[in-house]
Amino acid sequence: MENKGLTKVDLIFESIDIRKVMTKAFEMTSEEIINEILESGLKGRGGAGFPTGLKWKYTAAEKEPEKYIVCNADEGEPGTFKDREILDRVVYKVYGGMAIAGRAMGAKKGFIYLRGEYRFLLPQLFLELHKFHKMISEIGYDFNIEYRMGSGAYICGEESALFESIEGFRGEPRNKPPYPTVSGLFSKPTSINNVETLVTAVMIIDKGAGEYVKLGTKDSRGSKVFSISGDTPIPGIFELELGMTVQEFVNEFGDGDTKAVQVGGASGFCVPRKKFAETIIGFEGVPTGGSMKLFNSSRSMYNVLHNYLDFFTEESCGQCTPCRVGCQQLLKGVEKVKKGEAKSTYLNELVKLADTMKVASKCGLGQSVGNAFKSIVENFREEIIY
Amino acid sequence: MYQTDNMVKELADKHGRKRESLMPILQDIVKKYNYLTDDAMVAVATELDISAAEVYGTASFYTFLDTEERGKNVIRVCKTITCSMKGKNDIVGTIEDILKIKVGGTTPDRMFTLLETNCIGWCHKAPAMLVNDMPYTDLTPETVIDVIKGYMRK
Amino acid sequence: MVTLKINDQEVKVAEGTTVLEAAKKLGVIIPTLCNHPDLCVAGNCRVCVVEQKGARTLIAACAMPVSEGMDIHTNSLKVRNARKHIVELLLSEHRADCTKCYKNQKCELQTLANEYSFGEHLFLDLVEGHAYNIDRSSPSFTKDDSKCIRCQRCVRTCAQLQHVSAIAVANKGAHMKISSFHDRPMSHVVCTNCGQCVNRCPTGALTEKTYIDQVWDAIYDKDRHVVVQTAPAVRVALGEDLGYDPGERVTGKMVTALRQLGFDSVLDTDFTADLTIIEEGTELLSRLKKVLVDKDNSTALPMFTSCSPGWIKFIEHKYPDMLPNLSTCKSPQQMFGALAKTFYAKKRNLDPAKVISVSIMPCTAKKYEADRPEMRSSGYKDIDFVLTTRELAVMIKQAGIDFRTLEPSHYDSIMGTSTGAAVIFGATGGVMEAALRTAYELVTGKPVPFKNLNITPVRGMEGVKEATVKIEGTTEEWRFLEGAELKVAIAHGLVNANKVAKAVSSGKASYHFIEIMACPGGCIGGGGQPIPTNAVVRQKRMDAIYSEDMHMDLRKSHENPEVVAIYEEFLEKPNGHKSHELLHTHYVAREAY
Ligand SMILES: Cc1cc2nc3c(=O)[nH]c(=O)nc-3n(C[C@H](O)[C@H](O)[C@H](O)COP(=O)(O)O)c2cc1C
Ligand code: SF4
Ligand code: SF4
Ligand code: SF4
Ligand code: SF4
Ligand code: FES
Ligand code: FES
Repeated sequence: MENKGLTKVDLIFESIDIRKVMTKAFEMTSEEIINEILESGLKGRGGAGFPTGLKWKYTAAEKEPEKYIVCNADEGEPGTFKDREILDRVVYKVYGGMAIAGRAMGAKKGFIYLRGEYRFLLPQLFLELHKFHKMISEIGYDFNIEYRMGSGAYICGEESALFESIEGFRGEPRNKPPYPTVSGLFSKPTSINNVETLVTAVMIIDKGAGEYVKLGTKDSRGSKVFSISGDTPIPGIFELELGMTVQEFVNEFGDGDTKAVQVGGASGFCVPRKKFAETIIGFEGVPTGGSMKLFNSSRSMYNVLHNYLDFFTEESCGQCTPCRVGCQQLLKGVEKVKKGEAKSTYLNELVKLADTMKVASKCGLGQSVGNAFKSIVENFREEIIY
Repeated sequence: MYQTDNMVKELADKHGRKRESLMPILQDIVKKYNYLTDDAMVAVATELDISAAEVYGTASFYTFLDTEERGKNVIRVCKTITCSMKGKNDIVGTIEDILKIKVGGTTPDRMFTLLETNCIGWCHKAPAMLVNDMPYTDLTPETVIDVIKGYMRK
Repeated sequence: MVTLKINDQEVKVAEGTTVLEAAKKLGVIIPTLCNHPDLCVAGNCRVCVVEQKGARTLIAACAMPVSEGMDIHTNSLKVRNARKHIVELLLSEHRADCTKCYKNQKCELQTLANEYSFGEHLFLDLVEGHAYNIDRSSPSFTKDDSKCIRCQRCVRTCAQLQHVSAIAVANKGAHMKISSFHDRPMSHVVCTNCGQCVNRCPTGALTEKTYIDQVWDAIYDKDRHVVVQTAPAVRVALGEDLGYDPGERVTGKMVTALRQLGFDSVLDTDFTADLTIIEEGTELLSRLKKVLVDKDNSTALPMFTSCSPGWIKFIEHKYPDMLPNLSTCKSPQQMFGALAKTFYAKKRNLDPAKVISVSIMPCTAKKYEADRPEMRSSGYKDIDFVLTTRELAVMIKQAGIDFRTLEPSHYDSIMGTSTGAAVIFGATGGVMEAALRTAYELVTGKPVPFKNLNITPVRGMEGVKEATVKIEGTTEEWRFLEGAELKVAIAHGLVNANKVAKAVSSGKASYHFIEIMACPGGCIGGGGQPIPTNAVVRQKRMDAIYSEDMHMDLRKSHENPEVVAIYEEFLEKPNGHKSHELLHTHYVAREAY
């Protein structure tokens, strides 16, 4: 496995001449844009890590004249706040990414789904949008972006739930297939991309895929914005090259007493100290949408797990059995074990249940509850029982 | 009732009468009146030609589209892990003391409602909370008193 | 065509077929809960998960379209474990007191529990400490949230088939539930009491309000004279709950069974169905006359039929401005009720106060209709108890009657004679056909110009049907209709009713007469009919209805001798004073939620 060590990068927030990039993209053909992104090896930054170039290619290949590009700015994963920072500081790059994607796919309309918690950003975002629209129409783009607001529902970050929400329904994930590239928003071919993915795409167009692939590893190209919080002396947003180990990360950001790092938020994995050195942060190891939470030895991992399960019990959309009831069972189950009202071996049943949730839930939420559950229960069993 | 109907009509004129207009309309009502009254939901249903149960069902899915009475200022303290680790309970306790209400409650003068919410994206500056749309971060029992007092004066 | 393997057997199916359907073709059974053939796919219960070789997760067979080369296993260890967990999870949030439950032995969850969960439950009981709501406010059904598995079949039914959405999914996560508008009682919302949701609920969460015990009490009360009427659609469906295949006509056996149950007189709603045709036909002709001859523009046209109480409540909520377009005729059930405690009681020398009138209906809305305050024209509650087809089957079983061995017998008279025109009331288009058979003949003196009186353009399962009947060769009295083209429409299922009502209310449609039935297929697909009801079953019941019609000696309502007699003896004339008192009613505008 490739290990790049910890390197700070300044790509996402670096200021660029957006008009120049937009002009450059305007002179490229659809294939050229898509090939550039494909070559860069960029994978989605929203968590699932699907190759962005492929997503654009599939959407571009659809015959339907009406297509959409949606920017996922729902950022609800506990411990993630990088998209807010990006919107706050370089939103013009987000807009740019959408317009370029639109050009590559033949979409004239973009929607940004912004979580309700970030509503305070709107006035400034609108101001920037106005400028952006003016600029691209001068270049010759026929592209328009609108905002849609969330209203406090984590599941609306899931792409099909997000479409449901924009369409005015409860944010209940849909059955797949069909996938968004075939039938997404308003049942039209749709490419949905995370805020950071879009910005990265702009940077790739600006610098060229050749420059970009120098960053990161074979499976995890480029750099990534990390949202770092918990027991760290320097919480905040850091852009790092992909391919470091958790140990290297902890060396930089830990407080000297780190016992575990939760990588990827509540739906991610808990890496205990003994596995720091062997675990790579990236698609070859533990993938992350950017959330890194550090816990030192004063923290009870039972409390951490309980907090996550409570979160999922509330934020599950509730439609499917494994997730709706499974979350409640995991939550009540660990409570019982902790109180001594259930045998510690009951945890084994719960681990099996978590496995079922992983394979039988309808969407990524239910499918990933088991990540945190299993990695915490397996690594910190005593803390859950006593 | 008459007032509600007119307000909803205006919002429907602004956002449209398709199903996709539902969320923006409900969001605007909440922005203005802090929560969705039954009358307002029925009026929205009538404007959009959908059933009132559908409006309620959709609204009740979203944490910020309250269907129960809320005060003029809705305080939502983050209860997710980082804020929880970094003193959320002290913040909630302090607010409960000054407003003399418990989580979930509304002050008798309907000025404040105190709620807890899930991660609001300020974990690096925990503990954090929202008052209406505005985030407040790096809270301490002292600073939160100032924030609340600021809203009392408004 | 797509080729795939299921449990190592190869199968070829059309593109777009689901794995579930493909498996069915091979005779491989995959359990389901949220899936219902009348409704769109939900894919939320997950009991149908199967293993697809190479896939990261299991897949929901009901929601997954087949693809070339798929290798599916429906019974692998992974599948069995997941399925057992899912059933156990459902049971853990379910108040499973089966022996006290109306759905005992008829419950899809119970069947699954039987197959996947025995002995100790795997998981914690989540029911305890959860405040569930049990809504008994509707006279037609009970909604017990503690029995709900949140499959959303009811919600999809109410939205997709009925366009009512009286219930919707509310809240999220652990608190997700099925709710009316802000949890108001079902009796105080737009619910039409049609019972389509009840018919599709896999568990005991939605069940008809049952009046079986009250009916037994009345039967055993020596002081009471208990008359029972049976609706047309019951006789072609009752058999399904008693071991017959769908589509078997069991009219004669049903009459014998009712007699054995102890009813004092076994009578037929079909009699008042024939009567309805006379009253409603007369009303239509007189409305036409008022509009065409008297140029009276206060008379509302088109006229809507009024025999479906679910439809009545729908229009009262949704199109209150069109109430004048509703025929003022009561439904056959209620005409029967009003006559049972007046005409019938008098003829049989009975004290009407001691007559108990029971009706057996394919419908849950009829329970509500019987409770309406308008339905007391005899001076008493015209209909005391309404039982569904399903409840009658329960009574027959309770009484230990071996239905299969019963000798068929005939209805009693008076009010037991009927015609084929009345029988077809049970299927969509039937009222229209019956009305045309009589009205055409009344106006022209000749039978309707269709082979064997079968007016096929108004038949069938099309959601909205339209037909035009040219009236030719009128008699002197009806000369103003000479050459007129009577435009009619027929809709069944409220989603279709709504389309027609909308077209009429916006002035886009120019019909004269419209038949509406609240339930898909008409009463044969009623909310009180045996479960399962689906497209295949409805078709079979419909075929049975038309075959019953063909087997009748009399096939036109106006030829029913008892109908002729009741006008001579009691009612005097159609739409006359007495008719208005007993057989007609009025409607009330209701709120929009
Ligand atoms: C429960 C759940 C929540 C999600 N939340 C987000 C989110 O807040 N932001 C985001 O970009 N993607 C989120 N995703 C991933 C999206 O479904 C989708 O994969 C992503 O937006 C695609 O963009 P990308 O390819 O650029 O990453 C979430 C997925 C799940 C299952
Ligand atoms: S897994 Fe959870 S969030 Fe996803 S559809 Fe099922 S209940 Fe909803
Ligand atoms: S609904 Fe089914 S499982 Fe539940 S109590 Fe009734 S019969 Fe038993
Ligand atoms: S009875 Fe009919 S109208 Fe009422 S909730 Fe059920 S399906 Fe909807
Ligand atoms: S009431 Fe019945 S049909 Fe409706 S969700 Fe519950 S179990 Fe399913
Ligand atoms: S945990 Fe409180 S803001 Fe994220
Ligand atoms: S039957 Fe397939 S998910 Fe319910």
